[in-house]
Amino acid sequence: MKKGRLGYLFIAPATFHLVVFAIFPMLFSVYLSFFKWNLLTSERSFNGLANYAYAFRDPQFWNAMWNSTKYALLSVPLGMIVGLLVAILVNQKLRGITLFRTLFYIPAISSGVALSILWIYIYMPETGLINSVLGLLHINNKTDFLKNESLAMFALVFMSIWVGLGPRMVLFLSGLIGIPPSLYEAAELDGAGKLRSFWNVTLPMLIPTTFFVLITSTIGALQIFTPVYIMTQGGPNEKTDVVGYHIYVEAWSKFLIGIASAKSFVLLAVIVIISIIQFRVLKNQLEGYSTT
Amino acid sequence: MKKALSYAALTALGLFLVAPFVWMLLVSLQPNKAPIPTLDHLVPKHPAWSNYHLVLFEQPNLPVLRFFLNSVIVTFSIVLGQLFVSSLAAYGFARMNFKGRNYIFFIFLGSLMFSGPVTQLPVYLLVRSLGWLDTYAALIVPGVSSAFSVFLLRQAFSAVPNELDEAARMDGAGDFRIYSRIIMPLSGAALATSAAFCFFATWTDFFWPLLSTSSSNMRTLEVGLSVFKNSYGNTNWPLEMTATVLVMIPLLVAFLFSQRYFTKGIMIGSIK
Repeated sequence: MKKGRLGYLFIAPATFHLVVFAIFPMLFSVYLSFFKWNLLTSERSFNGLANYAYAFRDPQFWNAMWNSTKYALLSVPLGMIVGLLVAILVNQKLRGITLFRTLFYIPAISSGVALSILWIYIYMPETGLINSVLGLLHINNKTDFLKNESLAMFALVFMSIWVGLGPRMVLFLSGLIGIPPSLYEAAELDGAGKLRSFWNVTLPMLIPTTFFVLITSTIGALQIFTPVYIMTQGGPNEKTDVVGYHIYVEAWSKFLIGIASAKSFVLLAVIVIISIIQFRVLKNQLEGYSTT
Repeated sequence: MKKALSYAALTALGLFLVAPFVWMLLVSLQPNKAPIPTLDHLVPKHPAWSNYHLVLFEQPNLPVLRFFLNSVIVTFSIVLGQLFVSSLAAYGFARMNFKGRNYIFFIFLGSLMFSGPVTQLPVYLLVRSLGWLDTYAALIVPGVSSAFSVFLLRQAFSAVPNELDEAARMDGAGDFRIYSRIIMPLSGAALATSAAFCFFATWTDFFWPLLSTSSSNMRTLEVGLSVFKNSYGNTNWPLEMTATVLVMIPLLVAFLFSQRYFTKGIMIGSIK
């Protein structure tokens, strides 16, 4: 390939779009975060770092950050374990296995709003699907999951595992399929049982997949919005007020866009730091295995 | 024995994932304004198909067919735009050499991971200052290129053997000809995959259409459904479930047609 200028022409439209709709907005967001700026009245005045100082003092913001952390710490590991187990289950040569894989993927392609409405009804206290099924088993439960302060967060987590199962299954499945059978044969020759070869072959070989799933799931979990907007509006008593929803309210109900920008940069910083840590940890893991 | 256990697990899981959808369908067929029935009365004796007529045609403030049309227009514009803009860029990154190529590609990748939470507000202000709020331009233009599809297509284009373009170059073909006559036709599967991802992401996008539109004639199906929910506010469950089913149907149909492009992992067992 010779060097030339024609290449710029090919990437020009996409690059122009990237500059206008991603890079410029990012920089403009930095600018916004230094201003006291009301979206409705367009009043603005330079505010220095006051928006960031406010964000760090604001107990509601901390509450939202904590809720998001809790949501991510619950939904990401659980979702990954379930995804891996299902991938192992469907990684068998069985008749009709493709049908099951397709079926398991359906929630993931569904409309987020439709699923959220559906799950409101699933969680209803009297006639919701969960309590109805419990009723069939003669368990008389009338819990209003989404209005219960200690359960609402778990209800969102449970739903996210249900929705995210398909994509995680597919990712782990392609990881599993990529493991050379010779490794299992070698492990068997060394006298390793099923469980041992799972620990010593399957899991280490899945580290790159795990890395990808972990980072994308974490970023997704820290930004969850639609189910909270539709199902709980951050309630009850702000127990599900996650940071994505909190920033939405600051910007689009209170119209405080300077503060909202500052808070979204704090969120972005957290996401970047977590991604770097996850990257470091898993990279070391990977190197540890490749040398032994 | 192991086989039977596997099938039992698969069936249980399948029920867990599909039962809510079946339940949704059955509730949508209950008489208008009826309470949600108990499980033993779930299958309606006289399915109220009229709910569907009611939701589709008799909601003056909630023009569901218009929502649907908007979703179609927006989604197809974005899918076509992305296929064109992103494939051009992907060709540039995969098959051409120019100064700063790798740095620029790195910026594309970085934007993919980290721009999400901070760009919505400024993009809104930009679109507002262009006077695009509540128009198709607001819904379409910010989506017509995506770093994700550039990345996906670049991988595919890099995999096409170089000998093919060299032969074409000998015959005097330029880069645009190689792009349109060799690389694109050979990358059908990758283009379809990228289109499928784009279709589902755009069709089910909620946040941006919610911000950028305000009149009911400009709502997409996804936002329209949330408006529908707000105006019925848990008071008319069969109608709400009817609207939900209607939103799900096009997605399911599209998924059945595109699933082999949508995820390799689903199909790989049947290829083996």
